[in-house]
This record gives sequence, structure tokens and C-alpha cells, in this order.
Amino acid sequence: MALLEVADLRVSFDTPDGTVHAVNGMTLSLDAGQSLAIVGESGSGKTQLAFAILGLLAKNGQATGSVHFDGQEILNLPEPKLNKVRANEIAMIFQDPMTSLNPYLRVGDQMAEVLMLHQGTSKRKALDESAKMLDAVRIPDARSRLRMYPHEFSGGMRQRIMAAMALLCRPKLLIADEPTTALDVTVQNQIMELIADIQRDFDTALILITHDLAIVAGACQRTLVMYGGQVMEMGTTDDVFEAPSHPYTLGLLNAVPRLDIPQEALQTIPGDPPDLTRLSPGCPFSPRCAFADGPCRETMPPLEGFGQGRLRACHADRETVT
Amino acid sequence: MIATKSVADELAAAAPIKGRSLWADARARFFRNKAAVAGLIALVCVMLFALIGPFISPWNNEDIDWNVLGNVAEAGRPSLETGHWFGTDALGRDLFARTVQGTQISLMVGIVGALISVIVGTLYGAVAGYFGGRIDAIMMRTVDVLMSIPYMFVLILLLVVFGRSMLMLFIGIGLVSWLDMARIARGQTLSLRSKEYVEAAIATGVRPFTIILRHIVPNLLGVVIVYATLLVPSMIIYESFISFLGLGVQEPLTSWGALINAGAAEMNKSTLWMLAWPLFFFVITLFGFFFVGDGLRDALDPKDR
Amino acid sequence: MSAPLLEAEEVSVTFDVPRAGAWPWTPPDRLQAVKAASITLEPGKTLGLVGESGSGKSTLARAIVGTVPVSSGRVLWRGQDWAAASPRQRRAHGRHVQMVFQDPLAALNPRMNVGQVVAEPLVTHFPEMPRSEVRKKVGAMMERVGLLPSLVNRYPHEFSGGQCQRIGIARALITEPDLVICDEPVSALDVSVQAQVVNLLQSLQRDMGLALMFIAHDVSVVRHISHRIAVMYLGRIVETAEASELVENPCHPYTRALIASVPIPSPKAERARHRPVLQGELPSPLAPPSGCIFRTRCPIARDTCAQAVPEFNDIGGQHYVACPYLPGSS
Repeated sequence: MALLEVADLRVSFDTPDGTVHAVNGMTLSLDAGQSLAIVGESGSGKTQLAFAILGLLAKNGQATGSVHFDGQEILNLPEPKLNKVRANEIAMIFQDPMTSLNPYLRVGDQMAEVLMLHQGTSKRKALDESAKMLDAVRIPDARSRLRMYPHEFSGGMRQRIMAAMALLCRPKLLIADEPTTALDVTVQNQIMELIADIQRDFDTALILITHDLAIVAGACQRTLVMYGGQVMEMGTTDDVFEAPSHPYTLGLLNAVPRLDIPQEALQTIPGDPPDLTRLSPGCPFSPRCAFADGPCRETMPPLEGFGQGRLRACHADRETVT
Repeated sequence: MIATKSVADELAAAAPIKGRSLWADARARFFRNKAAVAGLIALVCVMLFALIGPFISPWNNEDIDWNVLGNVAEAGRPSLETGHWFGTDALGRDLFARTVQGTQISLMVGIVGALISVIVGTLYGAVAGYFGGRIDAIMMRTVDVLMSIPYMFVLILLLVVFGRSMLMLFIGIGLVSWLDMARIARGQTLSLRSKEYVEAAIATGVRPFTIILRHIVPNLLGVVIVYATLLVPSMIIYESFISFLGLGVQEPLTSWGALINAGAAEMNKSTLWMLAWPLFFFVITLFGFFFVGDGLRDALDPKDR
Repeated sequence: MSAPLLEAEEVSVTFDVPRAGAWPWTPPDRLQAVKAASITLEPGKTLGLVGESGSGKSTLARAIVGTVPVSSGRVLWRGQDWAAASPRQRRAHGRHVQMVFQDPLAALNPRMNVGQVVAEPLVTHFPEMPRSEVRKKVGAMMERVGLLPSLVNRYPHEFSGGQCQRIGIARALITEPDLVICDEPVSALDVSVQAQVVNLLQSLQRDMGLALMFIAHDVSVVRHISHRIAVMYLGRIVETAEASELVENPCHPYTRALIASVPIPSPKAERARHRPVLQGELPSPLAPPSGCIFRTRCPIARDTCAQAVPEFNDIGGQHYVACPYLPGSS
């Protein structure tokens, strides 16, 4: 049985400029210990998807559908029950660690608080555990670092602290939202390696949310490509990269310059990301799609399975999309 | 593809599309705010009262109604028949005419004070913040020194030494009102100066003063306007306070402060209208400015929503 | 080889950092943001400048544009030193060198409409140009960068990130400059839009004979657009070479670590690679290491590295490296 099962999840926000439809019928499942990458650009709804799963939507947001986690429906669960799930079962790492660390509290106190609050451990034991966890994310000299404040760490170190904090309660699922976007390449490399190690050592399931196709290639078993709040395609990472079955994935892969192969000119996807206040009934990618024709603008293609556990939502024939 | 092409052609052929500037956005947001619109309407009414009042009043603000004198508490009460719509003051002068006249003075003091502060303060602060370094240090220390002087004392001294006159009042208020604004403008300028569009202008070779006027000041205006609308009532309060002390405008001219002072003095003679009318306009105006200021802040700074 | 358009000779930039809690008259700490950086730009070519945050690449660009004062060294424009020029001369120079910025929206004044934004350099340098001609040129430039000229009355916040970057490019090109300095022009954009902007810059370069200085932390993009690449670390240039040479045969240990860190969007290629992880943190620029600045994180550092700053040597084919221990040698 799957650890996480999301079915027909929809998220919308009421704003003065109209209703923003961030997520429009997402379906996905993830087994325990598995890793899944969710790739999408800004406005693809990937972050709101994660927030909806965790019940962290802004006040003006509504979520419908179902999120089944570990045999329990957790979408729109009342806050106290949700807190339990959030702390002990699902943890999240954010893009900017500084926004989720309190700058006025010592790192050790912040970490210990998590354990004291959720598992009722004593302060001494909680601090011990925190030190162990900092050690696990390879922060040298962990004991004395517990007494330091967040701003005394570099960006990469802060992200490690966030990871350590997320792991304190040994969650079954770790959601990392653009964990390396704010970091330099060499540090990104360190953090991605760390996340891979964590996943192996702690046997947590991982959802990696990113806009960067390149870091996905080495990091996750399966990849899901999102656009306009919907699944465009999903499959094993190897399959998706080697034989993309959706025009959007194909376009994305061709638009990224590659260091190992010189290219003459980059292929582009014309146009701009979709306006989520005015979504057409058809495929959200159709205005920018080279393969789009009549039906694409009128009806959203269904998510169809093919090959080995792959899914795609596109009207065009699979053979023609190359 | 073909569809988008023809749409593009259509758009290109049409007259240039009108953009929605940030100001237009802010205006729309402001008019959605009911309290702010109510405040604005109240202010417009008070201003119309000050402007049109003199033409419809049957009495002059200086003339004493001898019929009333001596029996103000009875004959001087507000009535439509005598033409004293707001009643008379203790000397038998028409309170309607005097309130109109006091409104003019008080609004003028408030608005002139705010204007001086907006113009001088904004430019001073923008220049100090933009150039930074030594210029900034000298300019802002000057402000600090001026601020450390107890200005109410200085104002009273000015009025006593040079005599009570409107000019002195404006000079006194103008001297102090821009200091806070200069600090606010400088603080904002410091953050604007590091914006990339300012850097782009510097790299292009735009002259420093052009940059200040074209790129810094328009982006300061949001904050400045909000602060200015809150400054008008505080200027009115200062003036009222000085007039209340008897140092403000000179008889036969008057202001809200002077009227309230006079009305308060007669309070125990059952002539409450003398206090009530000027106080009513005073309070309405202050509330109006505060609501408008609040509305402007919400409208101009959408991040706060 | 034609005469270089721009040469920076041993350019250094230092910033004063006020010491915390000091008196106003205590001398401030000096932060060496760029140290003895030399670069050469040929007309019509692209120089890529790669480095991580804190490497001083943006500061070097700003020293070249003149928005940050050069504390030592010379910036030669067609052989003329203009680090020493008067403010008036430098402003006039703005016609020839323009900048494109990282954050597309922040680079446009929100109170000005797009027509005003694009026209600003033109109005600044040609104040006597008739309005009708300004309007015509702005329209033509908007069209050239792929925007409808009828959008001139719109305001920046009504455009998407990619469109804002096009507006920024239009503003930079309206005076027909010889050099455009692009400071991370695509790193704030979505992948699919990134390629549009890169292609636009390349086609503009072909049509107008522009020289570009392309600053980015993304080695893949820099490699794609540049003819030559310079790698910066902690304020110094550690290696420069032709783009393909630098990527295929990186010689400085930092360059090698940097290129090895770049992920490749192909699972098979990723698995086949050996990716050594660069350890440690960037040292504080207030107290840089003695000798070679990279020695604190360098996998091949030896005792001699702490003593002298390594020389910048040509190892053949215009490939300069600031490290005496080349791969292959012992």
C-alpha cells in the first residue's frame, strides 16, 4: 500500500484580482522509502501542492480532493491532529532556511524544542539528540554549534540544520521544496548528496520539488512533470529523461544548455507561463505547444498509463512527440 | 500559431494599449475602502464649507449683533430666524461666520505645514540619502540638531518676540514640520538607491539630480503622501494648541483652537454651542484625515493587505 | 586579431566596512572585493564570468561600468583609460556600455511606463532628438526584442519576468552600445524562458556586432553563450580560456571542482560521472588566506601554496591558470 496517495487535489486562492487556480486535479502516489521529483516552473503549482499536503495553505486558499497518508485522510484535518502528523510523519525543507529559523534563538534550543513539544523528551535528551542529528548531516563540531545563532552559519550550513531539524522526529516522508535554489553549485552538490544519504540511512520517502531538471537526474527514482497545476507526465527518471512523452518535457529538456554536449542554438518554448486566474478548459500547455490542435484547447487530455508504470496527459500521439 | 499571429496583428494595429499605472491601481484600491471614502467625503464637505460659507452667511465674522449682546445665552442660541445658524459667541458675533473663517485658517495652517514638509523634507531627505557618505552625515546631523530644540518653546518665543502674525505662525510651523519627513525620505531613499533600476540609470549616465527627480522621488511619494495626510491633522493640533494658549492668530481673525478656547471659557454659562460647533468641525476633519491616511497607506502599499 | 574593445589591467576594488561598535573616526575594515583582475574583451565577442556568490564577479563588472570606484589598476576602453575620467566624461561613456540586470522587475522603475523606460538612455544621451524619432526608435527596438510596440504605455508590473527582461535588454540596446554587461540575466527566469533570452542575446550580438560580458553562476549557460570564460574565486580570476577548452580541460583545482559540481540533465550521464564534492566553506573576504586563496579548500594544496600568490601562467593556447600544479604533472 502506498504511503502517500493524492487524488484529484485542487487548490484555489481567492484574491482581489480573481480566483487563482494553483492546483487543478493532481493525482500521485508514493511508496514508503521511494523518491519522487516534482518538476515544474514558477506558476506550475508545485509548491502549493506541497503546502496543501501539509495543510500549510494561506488563509485565502481552499483545497479539495483527497490526500491519504499512511492509511489516514489528512486533507483539511483540524489543526491539532494535523500538527501531530506534520511533526512526526511528514517534514519539510524550504528554499530559504533563514525564513524558517528564528534568528533570535540558538539553533540547539530550536531543535530541542521540536522534540520536547512533539515527543515530550527532556531538554537534556533533546539536546543530545539534536547534536547527534547535526552530526548526521555532517556539521563538524556539532556539540558547540548548538549554542550558535542561525545567522552565524553559511547558507549551506543552514540548509543542513533544516535537514537535521526535519529528521529529528524520524519522519516517514520528507518534502524538500527547492532546497538548493538559493545555494551555489558546489554547495548544491553537497546538499543533494546529503539528501540522498539521508534517504538511504533513514529510509524516508522523499518528494523533491524543483524547477531544475538537472539536479533531478541524479537524485530521484521517479519524476513527475507539472504544468498549470496538472500532471503532464510521470515515470521513472530514466524513462522521462531518455524518452520524454510530453511536448512540455521535451521542450524543457531541449531548453536547458548542457555542459557535456555543445549545442548550436537552444530550442525554446515560446510564450510565457500560464495565467492561473484565467485557465482555459483545455490543456494548460496548449498555447505554447508545437503539437497543439483543436481538441487540445477544448478538453484536458486524460492521464493515461503506458509502458512500465508511466503516465502522460496529451492528445498528441506518443510517436509524434519527439 | 495562425490564431496567435492574427491576434498579434490586431493588437499591433490597434491604438497603443493604455497601461494601468501603479497610481491607477492605488486609486482603485482606495475607492474600494469605505472608511477612507467616507473620510474623503467628510473632508470635501469641510472644505466646501470653508470656501462657500462666506458667500451664504448673512453675517460678517467681525460684526457684533447688538440685539444679542448682554443676553447671549438666550438670544444668541442657534436659530434660523435670527440668521445666527450656529448661534453667536460671547461678544454677539455670528458663530457660523467665525467657524467658516476659523476653518479656513486651520486648514490653511495644516495644508501649508504639510506642503512645506513634503517639498522640503522629501527633497532634503532624497538628496542626503542618494549621495550618502559625508554629505548625508552632515545633512542628517543638522536635522538631529534642529530636532533636539524644543520647538514648541521656540515657536512661542518667535510669536512673542516678533509679534503674533500669520506669517510668523507659518514660519514657525514650516521650520519644524519637515524634519521628520526628511528622515523618512532619507530612509526610503537608502533602500531605493540599491534598486537595480537606479543602478541602471547611473550606468547609463543619467545626471544625479535627474535620477533623484525621475527615479527616487516618484517612488518615495507613496510613503510621503501617507505621512503628509497624517501630518495635516497634527499641524492643525499644534496651531490649535498655540491658539488655545492665546498666542495664535490675532483677533478679529480666528481658528478652531481659538474658537474652542473661547467656547470652553463659556462652558458653564449654558452656551455649549460655542464649544460644540468648532469642536465638531475639528473632530470631523481630524477623523477624515486619519481615515484618508489609513486608506492611502493600504492603497499605496499593497504588501500590507 | 582586432584591437581589444576593453581591457581591465590589474583592477582591484576595495570596500570600506565600518567596524561594529567603533567610533566614527576609527579606520574601517577594508574588504578586498576584487584583487588584481585582468580581462580583455574583443569587439563582437562574449566573455563569460563564472563564480559563486561572493566571488566578486558582479563587483568587477560594476568597476568596469564605473558604478563602483576602482581602487587600483586601469580600465582601458579602446586603449583609453577611463577609470580616471571626469564624472561628466564617464556619464557620456554610458552610451557605449550598458547593463542588463538579474532581477528583471527590480531593474525597471515601477512608476515609469515601458516606453519611458526604454527611451531613457536615448533621451539622456541625445536630448535634442525629436520626440517622434524617439518614439519610432523605441517602437523598433521593442519589436526587435520580441515585444509588441503597442505595449509602450503599459507598466512593468503588467509583464511577466521574461518580458521584463526583454524590456531591460531593449533599454540596454537603444543607444546601440558596443558592450553590454549582463549580470546574471537569466538566473531569475524559468528554464523555458531562459532559453528565449539567451537566444535573443545571441541573435542581437550577431546583428549588432555587440560585445557581451556574461556573468552567471551557471556554468552550462555561460559555456553556451561565451567565446572565452574567466573563472573567479574570492575576488581573483583563477583561470581563463576559450569556452570549450575551459570546460573540457579545466586546470585550476577550483575550476575542476566547479565543473564537476554542475549537474547534467541526463540520468545516464550523471551515473557515469565521478563527482568529487568540494569540502569546506568560502573564507571570509575580510581575512582571505595567504598565498593561494583557494588553498583552504583545495584537494591538492601543499605547504608552498600558503607562501606565495601563484602566478597567472599561459599554459598554451591563451589558457591562463593561477596554479602551478597542473593535472598530469606530479
